[in-house]
Amino acid sequence: MAYQSPTGGTTTPESPSPADPRPRAELLRWNNWRGALVLFLAGMPLAVTLLPPAASFWVAGAFAVLLAATLVVNAWGRHPGGLLVAPALALLFVMNIYPLLWSFGLSFFNYRANRMRPPVFVGLENYAKVVADPVVWDRLHTTAIMVVLTVSVQMVVGFLLAMLFAKQFPLRRYLLILVLTPMMLSFVAVGAFFRYYYEPSLGLLSQFVRLFTGESYVLMQSAWGARAGIIAADAWMWSPFVMLLVLAGLVSVPKYLYEAAAIDRAPAWRQMWSITLPYIRGLLLLALLFRTIEAFKLFDVVFLLTEGGPGTSTETIALYVYRVAFQYVKTSESTALTYILLFTVIVLTNIYLYFANRRGREA
Amino acid sequence: MSDITSAASAGPAATEPPLPLLERLGFRGASGVGEAGWLRTLLAAIVSLLYFFPVLWIILTAFKTYDDVLAVRAKFIFTPTLDNFRQVFSRAYSVQGQVQDTGFTLAFINSIVTATISVTVALVIGTFAAFGFSRYPLKGNDTYLFIVLTTRMLPAIVVIIPIFLMFRVTGLAGTHLGIILLYTAFNLPFTIWMMKSFFDELSRDVEDAARIDGSSDARVFLKICLPQVVAGLAATAVFGLILTWNEFLFARLLSGVETRTVPVAMAQTIGGDIGVRWGLLAATETLFLIPVIIVTFALQNQLLRGVTFGTIKR
Repeated sequence: MAYQSPTGGTTTPESPSPADPRPRAELLRWNNWRGALVLFLAGMPLAVTLLPPAASFWVAGAFAVLLAATLVVNAWGRHPGGLLVAPALALLFVMNIYPLLWSFGLSFFNYRANRMRPPVFVGLENYAKVVADPVVWDRLHTTAIMVVLTVSVQMVVGFLLAMLFAKQFPLRRYLLILVLTPMMLSFVAVGAFFRYYYEPSLGLLSQFVRLFTGESYVLMQSAWGARAGIIAADAWMWSPFVMLLVLAGLVSVPKYLYEAAAIDRAPAWRQMWSITLPYIRGLLLLALLFRTIEAFKLFDVVFLLTEGGPGTSTETIALYVYRVAFQYVKTSESTALTYILLFTVIVLTNIYLYFANRRGREA
Repeated sequence: MSDITSAASAGPAATEPPLPLLERLGFRGASGVGEAGWLRTLLAAIVSLLYFFPVLWIILTAFKTYDDVLAVRAKFIFTPTLDNFRQVFSRAYSVQGQVQDTGFTLAFINSIVTATISVTVALVIGTFAAFGFSRYPLKGNDTYLFIVLTTRMLPAIVVIIPIFLMFRVTGLAGTHLGIILLYTAFNLPFTIWMMKSFFDELSRDVEDAARIDGSSDARVFLKICLPQVVAGLAATAVFGLILTWNEFLFARLLSGVETRTVPVAMAQTIGGDIGVRWGLLAATETLFLIPVIIVTFALQNQLLRGVTFGTIKR
């Protein structure tokens, strides 16, 4: 669209010359992406709030396509960067960001997906309800317990595993595979199989206990037993993750420091504390943050293993949101809840990326 | 940073050339802690086998007969059978006179089709985007990248509620198209971050030389950059396939009887009250395990990058 005009620097209304560094924004031009963006930002929320859901999806989609088209025309041959990332951002927008904005809008309405009644605007009522709800706080409390316990177990076990594999020894490469495999399994498989292992009559755990007590052992009948069961499964799955990060950190420790320490006859714990730890501190922090974000979403394993029981003692916030949205069908209330989750995860991701980037620059 | 760190960065270690890929994870005595002998191997073998035991038990269970699986005294020694694997892929089979149906064949086909298509599409779009983010930084590049990563870090339940409602309205729920679209978006952030980390590592000298010789941007991308990241593309694709294959919540809520994937089928097997068919579940999981173990072995050097979505390279 943007061609070199024969007169050189002059700008014709239809086609600005690329030689012109800042072409005047003409409203109806195919490369007026700013105009399209304004139209998009103004039109999309309007479409979402005013039109019925079926139409709003396609209208918003049309706005997005328009925006994408103007960006492509504008960028062709001039901004390869924008052109390259546009399809990805567009798809992410349609499938992730737009639905999130839509649900943000919905969180100000009273709406239940199984009723015919259209959404009624209620302002901040959903948020007030959610924040004042003791059940939500109880589930957040449960989640916090699980996150703290599972992440600490993972950090400790992962660290110990890393220490075991820190040195080079015969067959190391092959033994590592055995330890790393759990991480690649599906949550469903892990949930299903730990359920099998915890089974009162045939489960391995119960059989093991029976060797000593002579009675079957039902792990899942008490709140803390069920929590321990979930934490064991989750920590088993993700300790290798911490191990992997610690091992990566150990690579950066220069060998001569240990040699110097050995000459000074520093004891092993001192070498660990003064040489190893400072070097892997950054990666330990990253592991902690990453696992915290992931553990905060704990859903699949709980869903498969206990379904939140006994009672609601293992019902994490993610599982609770699932119930509110799809079993109690309080749709708009659940969207308000999801925004609490979203906010937490965004904050944590931000901190994580800050440290990851800092480490990336140092490396 | 502590004294030791600053001392090290001033020391000769800082000027050493970067280690080759294989050594970065410490696979060849590069761990900085030294060598250990067979005694450590023995210790590590015991720990690894204990750690691997739950997986091992899945594999053993897959080869047990229906009765052996339900034996109250767990059998470590038994006559292996392939019945469970046969049943995974048979429409109907008989257990103690009752005819049962797994529908796993369809689930396997669905999983393979949705995972392959979505990973391929995400790989194409994502690689372009990653190259863009890496080589032609936009204004606010980091913000875009942050948004991209955030969409991946969000709990699935946050994204799924509006998607569920939208899919219901637009009629995409329960269709292959819907789930492929969703999985493409699900894989995209991961692909972008992974591929960006690979592109960032390439040396710019060759590209600059090619540009000076008159190569176009497209030619630089296709002929110089892309061939150098083929291993990265493969790693990204494999991780994407594993992540997609394992995904449960989206599939559970958005797939119908005809489009359900393996995890959903597995979860439904557990839900029934006729007694869980553990052997069948074990066989299903074992079929998935074999490629995963091979991949874990082959991609050891990319594993760290893969599991942190490309945010940590080494």
